[in-house]
Amino acid sequence: MADPKALYQEVILDHNRKPRNYGALADANHKAEGHNPLCGDHITLALRLDDDRVGVIAFEGESCAICKASASMLTTNVKGKTRDEAEVLIREFRDMATGQLDTATAAHHLGRLTVFSGVRDLPTRVKCAILPWHTLHAALNSAGETSTESDQDPMHAPIGDA
Amino acid sequence: MNSTSAKRAVAKSAFNVDTIRADFPILDLKVAGKPLVYLDNAASSQMPQPVIDRLVRYQKEQHANIHRGVHYLSETATAAFEEARGKLARFVNAREEREVIFTSGTTESINLVMHGYGRKFIGAGDEIILTTLEHHSNIVPWQMLAGEKGAKIRVVPISDSGELLVDEYEKLFNERTKFVGLSHVSNALGTVNPVKGMTAFAHARGVPVLLDGAQAAPHLAIDVQDLDCDFYAFSGHKLCGPTGIGMLYGKAAQLERMQPFKGGGDMILSVTFEKTTYNTIPHKFEAGTPPTAAAIGLGAAIDYLSNIGMDTIASHELELLDYATAQVNNLPGVRILGTAEHKAAVLSFVIAGVHPHDVGTLLNQDGIAVRTGHHCAQPVMQRFKVPATSRASFAFYNTMAEVDTLVAGIRNVQKVFA
Repeated sequence: MADPKALYQEVILDHNRKPRNYGALADANHKAEGHNPLCGDHITLALRLDDDRVGVIAFEGESCAICKASASMLTTNVKGKTRDEAEVLIREFRDMATGQLDTATAAHHLGRLTVFSGVRDLPTRVKCAILPWHTLHAALNSAGETSTESDQDPMHAPIGDA
Repeated sequence: MNSTSAKRAVAKSAFNVDTIRADFPILDLKVAGKPLVYLDNAASSQMPQPVIDRLVRYQKEQHANIHRGVHYLSETATAAFEEARGKLARFVNAREEREVIFTSGTTESINLVMHGYGRKFIGAGDEIILTTLEHHSNIVPWQMLAGEKGAKIRVVPISDSGELLVDEYEKLFNERTKFVGLSHVSNALGTVNPVKGMTAFAHARGVPVLLDGAQAAPHLAIDVQDLDCDFYAFSGHKLCGPTGIGMLYGKAAQLERMQPFKGGGDMILSVTFEKTTYNTIPHKFEAGTPPTAAAIGLGAAIDYLSNIGMDTIASHELELLDYATAQVNNLPGVRILGTAEHKAAVLSFVIAGVHPHDVGTLLNQDGIAVRTGHHCAQPVMQRFKVPATSRASFAFYNTMAEVDTLVAGIRNVQKVFA
């Protein structure tokens, strides 16, 4: 098992402390809410697509550090990308977090987002990292709300019981 | 020395936590290279060797289906199963063994009362009183019933310290009040509720009371005759027993008038396609082959706890709680939720600027197991306006040194997030 300390790297702590692109977006044309009912993570992601390219993007909400840093880094990475390029990142991020993509050996476009690769060893935290990316997918496809507990969610797994 | 500390000192002289710990193989485990510090006992406690041995002996020497065969093994298994029922009856001081029903745990016990009592005796416009402190398992079944019958749920509020507002409770009663469901001890905050007086108040108005004892039975001596509750429920796995077993105590007169919860074998006297005659209590409520091994294991766990003594257990746990509360109160930026005067060994806390799930992951790195989340008590979280808390919950096998490890762990979390 990877050292969980490795997950709380400075870059993640920094994005948690000073989240980038944080706040509401008045002129968004795509928006979605993401929410994990089991742990209470809740974020809203808004963006404007101009000619199929993400012009501006912002998020806000209440969540753990992993989720907040993931959302913050999502916004900096997705800004300027086309919808298809964003969807590639969504897929690759999810595959990395669930252990289906080994970023050390396989080709990918994740760049510094690989700091989140450590969550694959922490099953209860995988959803925290993935939630913003699910929400981005929902926003791009203009589904209003996404949840890590929905039937379509490939990561469906309970966080815990009493 | 006041009388409380004198009592604790006496109990302590006979209690050696190192000897106790030697009975729990799992406590030798290393997690993330560190000795396990298991502080998630309110979720589930660990099993001592005598209970493990009892389960093994049952499977190796005594297993067969119960209440059915005339052969040696069936009779042996039946005797052991019923002996466990007797142990549980004595543990809660029930008048009669037939007042003890084996269930899969507290959740099933409450569902049994909802189906067996609620669906028969609660109707449209009737009211059920619950409290803000309830675990979801003592909320959801009653909501299901209310939805089905057109009944109404009334909720007892709590104070800022996490204590039930008993005056408000008393004001909720009216002629439509038909049932009260109360937690004996809050799982999220550790508050010990004044259930005896609240039960007497309900009874004076002819209203039956169910006590959810899931968090009380591991920490307090339970006397259902003294409490005078109609129903008392708890789970075996929080009492050093196996999962999948628990009990419902019910006053015989109530159990007799209730309808069965599940239909099947063992709960009948005779079956034809025209008519089935139900078995007597407790068997009326025990359809199908029970988790016999788990029931017998729970009996062994009761023996183990009784040998130590519930008062001795309570006194050691309160010492741990007092010490932990004082230590955590000394940490700037850490807030304890649940500061009731009368508490069991639960310490729920939030660290300013750090989400409980990050706390839990970082503590785990120090080998410390705590629960993080809403503790299946979302109304409590809503009351304190937090999404979740971290919860350290102590058992009699925990040590002061483990509390020190927890406090150091919290300091480390604060350092990482500084």
